[in-house]
Amino acid sequence: MTAHYDQQPVLQARGLVKRYGSVTAIDHADLTLYPGEILAVIGDNGAGKSSLIKALSGALVPDEGEILLDGQPVHFNSPMQARELGIETVYQNLAVSPALNIADNLFLGRELRKPGILGSVFRMLDKKAMEERAQAKMKELGLMTIQNISQAVESLSGGQRQGVAVARSALFGSKVVIMDEPTAALGVKESRRVLNLIKEVRDRGLPIILISHNMPHVFEVADRIHIHRLGKCAATITPESHTMSEAVAIMTGAMEVDDSSAAA
Amino acid sequence: MSSANPKPSAPVLDHDKVADQAGSGSYVANFESKDSALTRFQKFLHKYPVAAPTIVLVFAIIGFSLLVGDRFLHPFNLSLVLQQVTIIGVIGVAQTLIILTAGIDLSVGAIMVLASVVMGRMAIDHGLDAGFALLIGISVGALAGLINGTLITRFKLPPFIATLGSWNVFFALNLWYSKSETIRSQDIANNAPLLQWLGETISFFGARLTYGSLLMLALFFLIWYALNWTAWGRHVYATGDDPAAAKLAGIRTDRILLSVYVLAGVVCAIGAWVLIGRIGSVSPQAGYTTNLDSITAVVIGGCSLFGGRGSIYGTLIGALVVGVFRNGLALAGVDVLWQEFTVGILIIVAVGVDQWIRKGTA
Ligand SMILES: Nc1ncnc2c1ncn2[C@@H]1O[C@H](COP(=O)(O)OP(=O)(O)OP(=O)(O)O)[C@@H](O)[C@H]1O
Ligand SMILES: [Mg+2]
Repeated sequence: MTAHYDQQPVLQARGLVKRYGSVTAIDHADLTLYPGEILAVIGDNGAGKSSLIKALSGALVPDEGEILLDGQPVHFNSPMQARELGIETVYQNLAVSPALNIADNLFLGRELRKPGILGSVFRMLDKKAMEERAQAKMKELGLMTIQNISQAVESLSGGQRQGVAVARSALFGSKVVIMDEPTAALGVKESRRVLNLIKEVRDRGLPIILISHNMPHVFEVADRIHIHRLGKCAATITPESHTMSEAVAIMTGAMEVDDSSAAA
Repeated sequence: MSSANPKPSAPVLDHDKVADQAGSGSYVANFESKDSALTRFQKFLHKYPVAAPTIVLVFAIIGFSLLVGDRFLHPFNLSLVLQQVTIIGVIGVAQTLIILTAGIDLSVGAIMVLASVVMGRMAIDHGLDAGFALLIGISVGALAGLINGTLITRFKLPPFIATLGSWNVFFALNLWYSKSETIRSQDIANNAPLLQWLGETISFFGARLTYGSLLMLALFFLIWYALNWTAWGRHVYATGDDPAAAKLAGIRTDRILLSVYVLAGVVCAIGAWVLIGRIGSVSPQAGYTTNLDSITAVVIGGCSLFGGRGSIYGTLIGALVVGVFRNGLALAGVDVLWQEFTVGILIIVAVGVDQWIRKGTA
């Protein structure tokens, strides 16, 4: 599936601001995500990438600015509200519960209950349905090297845990999937698997915002690259329009870009 | 981008650092090293937290039946053990809920005694209907839990400190309201027999079970169901396991914590009713060791004090372990002080085992 830049953006941020005391983590930042694309967000440590996507996913409430989903202004006070509108996030710190099993983690906060009186009166969980759907999703994403869906997440390797977090976003995301450094701390093989997962999710039609420090990864999978610097967007480029070293130069401020909408 | 490779022990938690991708593939292999028998045992205990206390319980029962003979294994004696652990068991249910959220409640004993005094005075001194007096007592328990929960969720006090404070407050209120006087068993029997009802027994095969013990078992079942078969239960575990992750998954952890403390308060008040049934009278001085006993049962039962790990029936087994040791040692003619000594050793060993299990799979 190819991106559609002539269409209305799926998700748009305009003039977002977030201050932590004297630190301005987001400083009038803009971001545009089009249907069917992978938008990479790169930037130095502390540039405010995580803060920006937390604002988009409801994990923090921006002080100023607006967020548009399908052109409509939205306000998120909690991650749950963003999730209900179809925005799924894989957080930098993963946000899985190690002691819970894979199926529990996939459905955490959105558990399925048994039909009928067992579910409505006794609030009984439909563990079987959740396990089956979890199993199906893991299989679909090629994650079935994980043998047992009811094994605790802490017994998984780093890459497998990452897979669980990605599977959760793919299972519930209907509009946008946001991933904050999904390949950091992973080995070569496991990074590869997660990258394939990301492409897989995009090919299913979900646009993705991908934060990464890994330039080869970014240039491999991204359709467009949003370069974040000092709390705002310094430029938006494409892997074709600029080289990796140019991207790094923009990121560190060594190179100025006058036409920041070059790629959009 | 010069940060070191993440350590093999914490590949995921190190996420905020920038991982140097090249050359970090080798640690993956560490996950699949061959396990020794000891490591496998460690993993087994980790997967089944109730296994360790169950093994201890089985060995204790075998040990004491060899040591003191048939007297120990007699159904009457075994049902006596159950009676002796009923109060610890009920309060242990409350304590388990709280410890699963990585908290601790030092006020459970005080809530129980306060509720029992309220029940007794409402029924005897104020002449209320016993059922109504029970309801008021249970509301007092809920209110006490609400106060603890509010201190912890709204004012962000550490549970240890919040409940250390409320323990003293509840205990003082209890002395004030009871005027430090005991309500005699005879008065309760004449005016509000319902309050003592849980002390009544049913007999079969030489065993004598109190309704209180049956209520305790029912409570264990109810909370087991809630923890394992409802979304609320999953959220309690998730909150104790990693509150930040739970929050990002959309769980309102403060609400979960508040509900847990209120429920624990209600369970403590039910414990008050059991207490009146067990000792017959209402005494402001009763059951003040219950606090530590309940923590003992939970810890021996395999719940981790760090939250998110453990099961409710572990606490039942933990309480039984304590009961069996006390009873067995008493039958063997061992001095009370050595019973306390043994329970102390059990606690230390249980926490040591928990640490060992956690270290092996971190
Ligand atoms: N909860 C917080 N309280 C105070 N300051 C914060 C908080 N979160 C972020 N900041 C500050 O905001 C700035 C941006 O942080 P953010 O985590 O968004 O950066 P980042 O671009 O994601 O960095 P990295 O690449 O290291 O993940 C930093 O200066 C950071 O110190
Ligand atoms: Mg970040």
